[in-house]
Amino acid sequence: MSGFWSGWVIVLVVGNLIFYGLLLLGNSRLTPEEASRDTTGHVFDGIEERNQPMPRWWLFLFIGTLLFSAVYLALYPGLGNFPGLLGWTSAGQWQEEVERAAEQSAPLFREYARIPIEEMRNHPEALAVGGRLFANHCAICHGSDARGARGYPNLTDQDWLYGGTPEDIRTSIAKGRQGTMMPMKALIGNTERDVRDMAIYVQSLSNENMRNNPGYADSIARAEPKFTMCAACHGADGTGNQVIGGPNLTDRIWLHSPRLADIEAIIRNGISSLMPPHEGVLTEEQIHVLTGYVYQLSQPQE
Amino acid sequence: MQASTAPPVYNYRVVRQFTVMTVFWGIVGMFVGVWIAAQLAWPALNFDIPWLSFGRLRPLHTNGVIFAFGGCALIGTSLYVVQRTCHTTLAFPRLAGFVFWGYQAVLVLAVITLPMGLTSTKEYAELEWPIDILLAVVWVSYAIVFFATIAKRKTSHIYVANWFYGAFIITIAVLHIVNNLAIPVSLTKSYSLYSGTIDAMVQWWYGHNAVGFFLTAGFLGMMYYYVPVQAQRPVYSYRLSIVHFWALIGVYMWAGPHHLHYSSLPDWVQSVGMAFSIVLLAPSWGGMINGVMTLSGAWDKLRTDPIIRFLVVALSFYGMSTFEGPMMSIKTVNALSHNTDWTIGHVHAGALGWVAMITMGALYVMIPRLYGRKQMFSIGWINLHFWLSTVGTVLYIAAMWVSGIMQGLMWRAVNADGTLTYNFIQEMAERQPYYLVRLLGGILFFAGMVLMAINVYRTLRETRTASGADNLATGE
Repeated sequence: MSGFWSGWVIVLVVGNLIFYGLLLLGNSRLTPEEASRDTTGHVFDGIEERNQPMPRWWLFLFIGTLLFSAVYLALYPGLGNFPGLLGWTSAGQWQEEVERAAEQSAPLFREYARIPIEEMRNHPEALAVGGRLFANHCAICHGSDARGARGYPNLTDQDWLYGGTPEDIRTSIAKGRQGTMMPMKALIGNTERDVRDMAIYVQSLSNENMRNNPGYADSIARAEPKFTMCAACHGADGTGNQVIGGPNLTDRIWLHSPRLADIEAIIRNGISSLMPPHEGVLTEEQIHVLTGYVYQLSQPQE
Repeated sequence: MQASTAPPVYNYRVVRQFTVMTVFWGIVGMFVGVWIAAQLAWPALNFDIPWLSFGRLRPLHTNGVIFAFGGCALIGTSLYVVQRTCHTTLAFPRLAGFVFWGYQAVLVLAVITLPMGLTSTKEYAELEWPIDILLAVVWVSYAIVFFATIAKRKTSHIYVANWFYGAFIITIAVLHIVNNLAIPVSLTKSYSLYSGTIDAMVQWWYGHNAVGFFLTAGFLGMMYYYVPVQAQRPVYSYRLSIVHFWALIGVYMWAGPHHLHYSSLPDWVQSVGMAFSIVLLAPSWGGMINGVMTLSGAWDKLRTDPIIRFLVVALSFYGMSTFEGPMMSIKTVNALSHNTDWTIGHVHAGALGWVAMITMGALYVMIPRLYGRKQMFSIGWINLHFWLSTVGTVLYIAAMWVSGIMQGLMWRAVNADGTLTYNFIQEMAERQPYYLVRLLGGILFFAGMVLMAINVYRTLRETRTASGADNLATGE
């Protein structure tokens, strides 16, 4: 804020507070003439108004709040660029609270960081912390039971878009993932029939009955050679590619939707999904514990 | 009494129209409120129909009770009060007719477009730009009628009720126009002229002053007429009314930033907003003191007159919520209360307890006079309505206090490992019982409104038939 606008703010704020103070002091007593008569003498539709002074307790309450404001604005930021005598900022308050919390929990996390990911399941206390981290940071998309939702992967099954090793999971959490499928219509013939053929073909990859159904044979035959366009990400056999997060199309697990119309829409328009990076939001030790929690979700129970 | 010639012939046509529609929109707005309160307790009640989803019905509820119910009450009573206290007939009666039909058109368009999901997304200013323009034209017409009537008054001074109504009319015009400035991209879609934090600040400058001038100043104008008339007592202090009027309209303008504590709004703006919000306590209470003290010497009427009860309890809720507001504007308190049900409870302490109850009291005073009757069809029903409203309001706000403070405490609870103790869904599940109590409170309040509608209907019907001859008022 420039010096001019800072001054403008100060003048307006201080000027207003002074104005209300003067308004009160200037009106705190009735004139002798008013005091001599019970009402003002005005009559509106039978309503009269009495010449009563303002209640003292109300006057003191008002002046008290004005004084409070003056002191408050001296101590805290408010008068333009003047930072206040306490040097308080909301960002500073936040930083302080975060640091205090981090300091308190640091010894705990240092201990958890020594537990290998694969063994986290044998440490119920660390796992409980991981569960809470998951509830706070992950459940909003992946669900409180981690079973995902449309567009958000189920983390309790064996199907991994970007790999299910401890290191893969840690990378997904820390760095985030960005899955993008481009619009494919133009590349596979540019007609609605091509889109439908491909959607049927994609559905048939995980559905033997469809593959053997003569009703779909034409569509599948037309689409199959064009699937090379998809192979770069989904693999020539449609089993996907975990390096770039290309989903496996040959299993019965659908990230978005198994419905034909939805598959068509994705082929036609493309789709993009985002898992935000959490390094910076969570500490390295927190990510370690969270990785351990997510890892054990899909491990067979002993 | 002031020496005057023959009393003026007051124009009640538009007042009657607005009065009847106040009752109608009260039923509509409160019914939607009860419905969405039930949805919060049982989400399946939206039946997976987009038009019935909470996100679309909630603005319908707020617009329905604030602008339809409250707006019709304010315009209707102001056009009654301005005539009676200026001892003159309404200026530009045909323009006043346009104000009625234009305002109803805005409300009908709101009822159609909001469930369709057409919204500018600004809270309490959701209507899209063509409706905003219509409303601006209607509002300016209303201002012309009101101030032209004041200009031709037969009294030397302007009565205090008209200052408040006047401040309400002028400020709402300014707020409405500035906050709704937008760039249209189609007939049903526009984008705000402001961006980011500035947009938020303009919105809450609007939002808080809508509370201050629509829901406070306007209804204080109503209070300043109907309380002394019904109590048949002079207004307690002329001096207090002057000082608290200027202080109220001056200080309110600054309070908006307390809606944006701990946000990207610069710290200094937040502090200034908080400081002035605290100063706002005394000017707000000035109106309560003047209203309640007007009854001094007539306290016995509280026992006998249910309408006085409506007016006094409304003032009590007004005093309570205008204490609660400054308290919630303190940053430390706001850090707990923000985004919780406490805010909802605070709003309804004002909306049900103050705005709706002062309106009901005023209508019960005015309707018999408008239709030449001595009193309403049933005084017993007014009394029952009073208790339904009071108990409903208390249940509502008590449930929201408990729920809101619980929410705030659960959200900030932290474990030794630095994680939050409760996730959102755990906290939400805890709210169910309070949502049921809130729903019960809402049903009681709505039931009272239905009772009022029947009472009004019977009173009006009596007017038309000869059967109620004993209820005919004699003389002016």
